[in-house]
Amino acid sequence: MSGHLLSSIVFLPVLGALVILFIKDARAIRWVALVTLAVDFALAIPLMRGFDVSTHGMQFVERHEWIPSWNITYYLGVDGISVLFVFLTAFLGIICVLASWKAIEKKVKEFMIALLIMQAAMLGVFSALDMFLFYLFWEAMLIPMYLIIGVWGGPNRVYSAIKFFLYTLAGSILMLVGMIALYFAAGKTFDMLVLMEHKYTFTFQIWVFMAFFVAFAVKVPMFPFHTWLPDAHVEAPTAGSIILAGVLLKMGTYGFLRFCLTMFPDASRFFSTPIVVISIVAIIYGAFLALAQKDLKKLIAYSSISHMGFITMGIFLFNKNGIEGAILQMFNHGITTSALFLCIGLIYERTHTRHIGDYGWAASRVPVYATFLFIFTLASLGFPGTNGFIGEILIAFGAYEVYKPYLILLLIGIVGGAAYMLYMYKSMAFGADSHGHGGHGHGGSHDDSHGHKVWDVDFREAIALIALVVFVFWVGFHPEDFLGYMHESVGNLINQANTSKFEGLGL
Amino acid sequence: MSGPDVATFFSPGDFLAILPEMVIAGMACVILMVDLVVPRTKRWVVPALSVLSVAAAAWFSWNLAGSGVSAFSGMFVLDGYAAFFKLIFYIVAVFAVFVSIRYIKTEEIDLGEYYVLMLFSLSGMMIMASGSDLLTIYLGLELASLPVYALVGFLQKSRKSNEAAMKYVILGAFSSAILLYGISLIYGLTGTTQLAAISAALETGAVSGPLFTLAVIMLVAGFGFKVAGFPFHMWAPDAYEGAPTPITAFMAAGPKAAAFAVIMRVFLEGLFPAYDNWQMAIAAVAVGSMVVGNITAIMQTSIKRMLAFSSVGHAGYALLGLVAGSEEGIASVMFYLLVYAFMNLGIFGIIIMMRRDSQSGDQISHYAGLAKSNRLTALAMLVFLFSLAGIPPTAGFVAKFYVFMALIHKGMIGLAVVAALMSAVAAYYYIRIVMLMYMREPEKEFLLASSRGILCVLIIALAAVVALGVYPLTYKPRPARRSAVGQERNEMERWYP
Repeated sequence: MSGHLLSSIVFLPVLGALVILFIKDARAIRWVALVTLAVDFALAIPLMRGFDVSTHGMQFVERHEWIPSWNITYYLGVDGISVLFVFLTAFLGIICVLASWKAIEKKVKEFMIALLIMQAAMLGVFSALDMFLFYLFWEAMLIPMYLIIGVWGGPNRVYSAIKFFLYTLAGSILMLVGMIALYFAAGKTFDMLVLMEHKYTFTFQIWVFMAFFVAFAVKVPMFPFHTWLPDAHVEAPTAGSIILAGVLLKMGTYGFLRFCLTMFPDASRFFSTPIVVISIVAIIYGAFLALAQKDLKKLIAYSSISHMGFITMGIFLFNKNGIEGAILQMFNHGITTSALFLCIGLIYERTHTRHIGDYGWAASRVPVYATFLFIFTLASLGFPGTNGFIGEILIAFGAYEVYKPYLILLLIGIVGGAAYMLYMYKSMAFGADSHGHGGHGHGGSHDDSHGHKVWDVDFREAIALIALVVFVFWVGFHPEDFLGYMHESVGNLINQANTSKFEGLGL
Repeated sequence: MSGPDVATFFSPGDFLAILPEMVIAGMACVILMVDLVVPRTKRWVVPALSVLSVAAAAWFSWNLAGSGVSAFSGMFVLDGYAAFFKLIFYIVAVFAVFVSIRYIKTEEIDLGEYYVLMLFSLSGMMIMASGSDLLTIYLGLELASLPVYALVGFLQKSRKSNEAAMKYVILGAFSSAILLYGISLIYGLTGTTQLAAISAALETGAVSGPLFTLAVIMLVAGFGFKVAGFPFHMWAPDAYEGAPTPITAFMAAGPKAAAFAVIMRVFLEGLFPAYDNWQMAIAAVAVGSMVVGNITAIMQTSIKRMLAFSSVGHAGYALLGLVAGSEEGIASVMFYLLVYAFMNLGIFGIIIMMRRDSQSGDQISHYAGLAKSNRLTALAMLVFLFSLAGIPPTAGFVAKFYVFMALIHKGMIGLAVVAALMSAVAAYYYIRIVMLMYMREPEKEFLLASSRGILCVLIIALAAVVALGVYPLTYKPRPARRSAVGQERNEMERWYP
């Protein structure tokens, strides 16, 4: 069992999808999907518990011959960085099914199959140690995600789906060329650990870095590659938004950590200042754009761009605080933003509007919902005691070590973040009910200003929200439980990133 | 290889070597007769006999494969390379017969000649794959092309079909003439038409100058026409659109693969010493095909025209393997063509199913909402389209990956980047069909003309596209050597025991 733990985690969702293929009843399909992902998450727990935090080496390694003539192996393993994201992905899978329980009514079977296959591909990306396998999972994600946005999305879904698809495909296809160049440069191997050890010339590093950078920057998305994100988020169903914000965006920053810093350290250092600068641009620009939005999903989408700016900045600071903060913030953003999209999805199911001006009654009519929303709002803006605070403060420490004026710019971003999140919360919970409508309570449910029936959080929704809240405070009050996983791996990563790969042009 | 010795010219062994070709050509004549005596109610005999003849030929090829025989004084070889291509042709021919049975009844062109012409074309393709002399190759090329000209115009009542056949035959004859002129120039310069002897003559360095360049250009143009590479692709959209759909599928996968077999043999075995002379020309055709094919495909409204331009693009990718000129390059093209045969027959199988009564599946818009009523058909089409676009985990991805490997190994990064960007462009028009099928409401009920033959083709093609994507056939690439095709035999036996 333990010998194939990672494979089981990665491929269990595929098994679930196969089972669903033969089920007709929508209710049964939902339950099978939920149970599959719950078991998958349960398998991730022994992965976390059995993980040895005292080493940076790859653990739970599985390796089998696959395509011997190209020296491609089926090679899985996790280190202190990727294990967190395997866990996060497995956890968010359950939230996705819960979020789609009622929201998805047509083609439930196809939706759950797409969701499960997506889940498998994402888990595969985080655990692949063979670059070919990595790319296979990476591109395989496009198909189910494209369908999730395009089939179950909002009114403008078709345009958004194709934009998402082409953007990410165009970005990553160049990475493929870079990967093959690496393969030959390092003596015909796709083994990522070997590729990390190999020395490359500076010019080679620069070119391949750029090929990889575009792929990852589109996924993150970094300014100015971000334009697909708001469209995709607005049109995607709630589960799609959760996957996008929670996991997909992390793939880009994970790519930076896994490939760019370790394989092309010299190129990464060469480009570090420009990348930090465009990260800061993303932080501030994203915050201002978020401030101007009237659509809830768009607001959170732009806030994601701002938050991801913190993460890319932390990564390219090249110090322990910056990188640990970035990784923790990747985890946090996965939790918090997913929670916010879930909240928006829940209220949208009731009112069928995402316009901020249509709300303003949340605190009085759906108090439990408003409380959850409040917690996630605070987490998102980085309030002390929540997970967001720990991540942002670590990145700020890292920035301080590198160049103090960065802090002032970061501050603008943080204040901006507080401004748009509080503005959103105020408008949703305490804003004037512009229609002057008086709701009559009957049976715990109310009508909103358009006559839709509005009820507070039900049991299924509460489970999902509480699970997310647990992580908000767990990371907020006891970050060491999570940081502990990454210390060794990050130490090793910084070591690799600061070692010049070629002679002559050292630090 | 022995010299042109008359005594050995007709040795029985030589005829053993061409047994599969003789079976096909002989059976084609037999079927022509049988067709006259078969009663109306037993029409199934004709396609059944056709499939049986292909099976018999395949069985002979199987037993002959790897024998490495060089017959008819070195004009005809039986190496693993030829055997692999023949495998592709057999698959294409059998699939084409299967998807035709119901279609030609719908179109009221259920004539025995249809299958007979297909078999003659098949025998020509087989000779092309085995030809190691420019004359044998030319012979095979004409034998493969002429029946297809007739098949394109087989829909007698359709003006489009007639026009397509007319265009195709005129342009085809024109390009054959150019090719023949090129061959005669090569003969004039080297004194031989045998590829190995041409290679030896070029090796001495005595042959060069503008006349040789002219000969190379003529060969590129002649073969470029046969694979529908830019700028010799003009015939393809009209011929693909006008032809009966099973013939479109057949010609996109069969004769095209045969033309590639010939191109690679001629350029890598015969003209390899002049690699520097022709490499740029082929690279230009490849890049032009990818760019023009893929960008023009975006603007099409007819699915058959779109696939015609897409096949121009795919020819561009495959030509890149030839540009690389290494063993890896050859193997990548061979794999590409095998995969392309499956994807192509699969997608055309679905287009053929859409043709029923008054319904036609010729326009892209006809596929709107297909997923709503026909889930499995739409799913199969989705897999084929993603494979054509080169998205993993399908075989189309591995095929492109293989070509990229060959290119980058030779340091041709620029070409690889162009190919990569063009495959992102190509994704647009393939995915657009997925979008139509899954994200639009159907305009009317779909009635699919499915038959056991088509279903069989679809299932096999689907299985192959997925299986080759997850577990690709490869062989261990050795360092590139000159004149690679000749030495490919042992390596290729792994593909074709």
